[in-house]
Amino acid sequence: MRLERRTHMPFHLVIIAPIAAILVALTLAAGLIAAAGVNPLTAYGEMLRGALGSRLSVTEMLTRATPLILTGLAAAVAFRARLWNIGGEGQFFMGALMTAWVGHSLGLPPILAIPVLLVFGMSAGAALLAGPAFLRLRFGVDEVVTTLLLNFIVILFVGLMIEGPLRDPLAFGWPSSVPVDSDFRLPDLIARTRLHIGLLIAIAAAGVVWLILSRTVFGAETRAVGLSAPAAAFAGISLPRNLMGVALFSGALAGLAGSVEVLGVTASVTTTMSPGFGYAGIVVAMLAALHPAGVVVAAIFVATVFVGADAMSRATGVPSFIADVIVALCLLTMLVALLFTTYRVRK
Amino acid sequence: MIEALELLMNTSLWAAVLRIATPLIFGVLGALLCERAGVLNLGIEGIMTMGAMTGWLTVYLGGDLWTGLLVAAMSGALIGLLHAILTVPLGLSQHVSGLGITLFASALAYYLYRLIVVVGELPPTIEPFRPIDVPFLSDIPILGPIVFSQTMPTYLALISVVVMAYVLARTPLGLAIRMTGENPHAVEAQGLSPIHIRIGAVVAGSALMAVGGAFLTTAAFNSFFPEMVQGRGWICIALVVFASWRPGKALIGALLFAFFDAYQLRLQTVIEGVPYQLFLMAPYVLSIVALVLVARRAEVPEALMTPYRRGER
Amino acid sequence: MTSVLELQGVTKRFGALTANDDVTLTLGQGEILALLGENGAGKTTLMNILFGHYAADEGSVRVFGKELPSGKPRAAIDAGVGMVHQHFTLAGNLTVLDNIMLGSEPLFRATSSRASARKKLLQIAERFGLPVLPDEKVSRLSVGERQRVEILKALYRDARILILDEPTAVLARPEAQRLFETLKDMTKEGLSLIFISHKLHEVMAASDRVAVLRAGKMVAERRTADTSPEELAELMVGRKVERPVRQDHKIGAPVLVANSVRVEARGETKLNDVSFTIHAGEILGIVGVSGNGQATLGALVSGLEQPSGGTLTLEGQDVGPLGPRGMIRAGVGRVPEDRHSEGAVGELTVWENAVLERLRAPEFSTRGFVRQAACKAYAAGLIKRFDIRGATPDTRTRLLSGGNMQKLILGRCLSIGPKFLLANQPTRGLDEGAIAAVHAELLAARAAGAAILLISEELEEAVALSDRIQAMVKGRLSMPISADEADAQRLGLMMAGVWKEDADAA
Repeated sequence: MRLERRTHMPFHLVIIAPIAAILVALTLAAGLIAAAGVNPLTAYGEMLRGALGSRLSVTEMLTRATPLILTGLAAAVAFRARLWNIGGEGQFFMGALMTAWVGHSLGLPPILAIPVLLVFGMSAGAALLAGPAFLRLRFGVDEVVTTLLLNFIVILFVGLMIEGPLRDPLAFGWPSSVPVDSDFRLPDLIARTRLHIGLLIAIAAAGVVWLILSRTVFGAETRAVGLSAPAAAFAGISLPRNLMGVALFSGALAGLAGSVEVLGVTASVTTTMSPGFGYAGIVVAMLAALHPAGVVVAAIFVATVFVGADAMSRATGVPSFIADVIVALCLLTMLVALLFTTYRVRK
Repeated sequence: MIEALELLMNTSLWAAVLRIATPLIFGVLGALLCERAGVLNLGIEGIMTMGAMTGWLTVYLGGDLWTGLLVAAMSGALIGLLHAILTVPLGLSQHVSGLGITLFASALAYYLYRLIVVVGELPPTIEPFRPIDVPFLSDIPILGPIVFSQTMPTYLALISVVVMAYVLARTPLGLAIRMTGENPHAVEAQGLSPIHIRIGAVVAGSALMAVGGAFLTTAAFNSFFPEMVQGRGWICIALVVFASWRPGKALIGALLFAFFDAYQLRLQTVIEGVPYQLFLMAPYVLSIVALVLVARRAEVPEALMTPYRRGER
Repeated sequence: MTSVLELQGVTKRFGALTANDDVTLTLGQGEILALLGENGAGKTTLMNILFGHYAADEGSVRVFGKELPSGKPRAAIDAGVGMVHQHFTLAGNLTVLDNIMLGSEPLFRATSSRASARKKLLQIAERFGLPVLPDEKVSRLSVGERQRVEILKALYRDARILILDEPTAVLARPEAQRLFETLKDMTKEGLSLIFISHKLHEVMAASDRVAVLRAGKMVAERRTADTSPEELAELMVGRKVERPVRQDHKIGAPVLVANSVRVEARGETKLNDVSFTIHAGEILGIVGVSGNGQATLGALVSGLEQPSGGTLTLEGQDVGPLGPRGMIRAGVGRVPEDRHSEGAVGELTVWENAVLERLRAPEFSTRGFVRQAACKAYAAGLIKRFDIRGATPDTRTRLLSGGNMQKLILGRCLSIGPKFLLANQPTRGLDEGAIAAVHAELLAARAAGAAILLISEELEEAVALSDRIQAMVKGRLSMPISADEADAQRLGLMMAGVWKEDADAA
């Protein structure tokens, strides 16, 4: 049995691959659900109902998908250039923290303040990833470990900030940061739900990413660098400049995720405001085969799983960790599925 | 300031260093073995979590502590096998596969724990490994209480360092593993299978990692709770680079790191006015600094992260 | 003569390509058989099947009368077959002894017997006249020394049949002579040898018999004494392909001038006191055994390396400090040594590779946005003008054959009418038809007034195309000689480092 390179990639495989991957993941997870003494089909039914069964649940799911789209884009942009940005979680938090800090008392009318705050959030995320990118360029230090370790450092830093200089004196219970000015909150997309226009911002971001990656010189250079760094260097593309550009781009997207979440949902920063958006973003990016349009769809899928799992857990007693299991399995199955789009199995 | 220095005199600090270093030693040795064969195993964080959970669960369900370690090792080996299959014969991205494994193994560990164990106000506990006083040796002043009054897994860790160093440097198997990480084509040309060697190394390395995780629940603490590995797996990955892929240096790196971790904990009691988070950050920051310092000089195994495809040059 | 090796009807396919087609071959005891063929004829594939790196789709291999299980190097080694690979299978970070010992002991032994291994190695080294230092790290060895280790690896495992894949590709003439003498001695010790080559003079000088492969088929076997280079050349190529001939013409003003250039990289001096002048309408050929600094010279004029001393000027302008982008903008065309890793990005389309070097030029982009239609039209133009077969602008570049990919790379350089062109091993790995096409383009560019630096390991090519020739040895360049003065003997001496000017000085 041998793997043989395909001469061309049939388009239908690109669509089938993620679907097949998801189905295999769901089948494997079904075994775990059965181990809990619950019929997997019932459980999945509850999951779908919990996420998509009512208008309210759909808006909850979309609210959950919003930051996932952005962290998914962040991972997709970075991974295309073989920049292994695992620091999405930390960049998310820095974006959120910066937004809360500046947004607490910014003397601008909302129409100006909101874009300004989003820009601050993006800058914070970009700056955070610039560090590991610089260490890679200058010292050859692998960014996987540095971005990962930074995540832990950032969470501690956030804790430090919200228990100290940015503490909200009016908060009871868990420590939280000062909230952003209520005028700067993102308006609801659908009234009396948590769904806010951040979703539109996220989708627009996907469009911008697609445009940049497929139509600009920077995007073309990034593609070349990711596919063959020696050939790109030979052609005169500056690897350091391109890498730094990608890092700033990716970090900004993850920072934007944090910013949007603060402005749209939480209003203030806590250490628990992210149930792993950064890491889930990586799965979203892989399921989308690193395509910006696919990221939107994949984010909705992942959000569905997470939101649905809570409801399913309440209804059936299956631990809600099954959502994390399913999402992680999707990453692995998608990796294998992508293999089959590039290679054919030969005897 | 004086109090900070006085802390260094305390033998309990140094005993804690060895204790804290134990999971790191297992983790670094495991990661080192994988990487020496040419495979980066980023599943370490998840494998350590799984090892922690299965080791603890075995004891909770009535097994003895050593059976717990054995079960943990086997669970680590199984997950390592998955990573090995994805990255070696299938040649998938070692980065992405490793991340996926960490996410999967952690999630699976939490899921199974929640499924099997009833958690009340506090997580349930087990009887952990107790420190054992080695006869005669533990009576040596200063050194005795530090080195010779540790738990069995700690002694196991120290022995593992010696065994690993010997195997890599002086046995045919060790040579084959090292060669696989440098030039797998050379291995094939000598009639061996680099694929089998890589798979074996990853499975064995993952078993070691899992034992490190199990130490956390069967010796250091005595219960299992989410996020208990706290990034130690990632720190081990950094330590491998710091150790130039050598077991002896890996031990030193683990001890150094454990020292900072133990020290910072005690410093908090002595130094006023500094937020505790800064102390907790120190180990992670130090890991990054260590990486930067060693990076240029690193003698990376030449075929690390290069998938081996038969016939493709 | 007893035959020690028999290949019967061996066939191997890779997808649509039949690399070996029903090949039958025998090797007699104590003889040296040369396996001759052009690039891509299937010689290496056949030997890889013999050694077990590949499994044949059809056919059988018998060694010393016994059938050899396919696809297992272990079986080949146990049967007494050893292989000296073209790209050495050595680990640089480990020692000579480590590399040789690997696989010779049972894997799960508790300890390694290094002392007895060292003794055995030194005995073998002495017996075959291949001295080595067992505890030296392989990365510190010269290419010739590494080859010795590769050979000793096979001899250590008691090989009775030795396969050598292009053994002289990386050796200078005197080293190659010495190697063939060693091979003759080996046959006296009872070994039987096959060596793969595409160099006719070697085959004539060193083999007892020749087997010629062409396009995967065995087309002829001859006793070397009964044949001639001309006959072999025709058998190898099949039909007489006329390579274009250089016409004499007047050369213009100096274009690219290097003056005592020194390049240091990673603590080593790669180029030392290198000087040359290339005029408009002239081809300067750089010959030499690979590994003597040609790669660095190519990198220097491509902009990938900068001079640590001396100057490099293009039409009077200092281009030394320029990077690749600066060189491209200055009107330099560059065909790199390795088209697969440097010349083009295989996964990108033909049009993307066609414009990759000049994305920021106004004809290909506006305000940061790529003008796709313009790029594709440009690519279509290249395809037409340079006869790039099997390609449309949207074809994925890795699907092109070697020759067509090279035409693309050459074409994108030539289409801007460069002042200076670097052609670094421009026909490596190409078949006769593609070689002729590339030569024609280079000569056309020369006629149009470009200054061309040709770096080539193929002496025949360098002599045919160049107006003047310089030899590169250990990072230094000899004085130039005109192509008329360049006969085999003179070139051989130049490439071995024997330079008249040194002799005069001495």
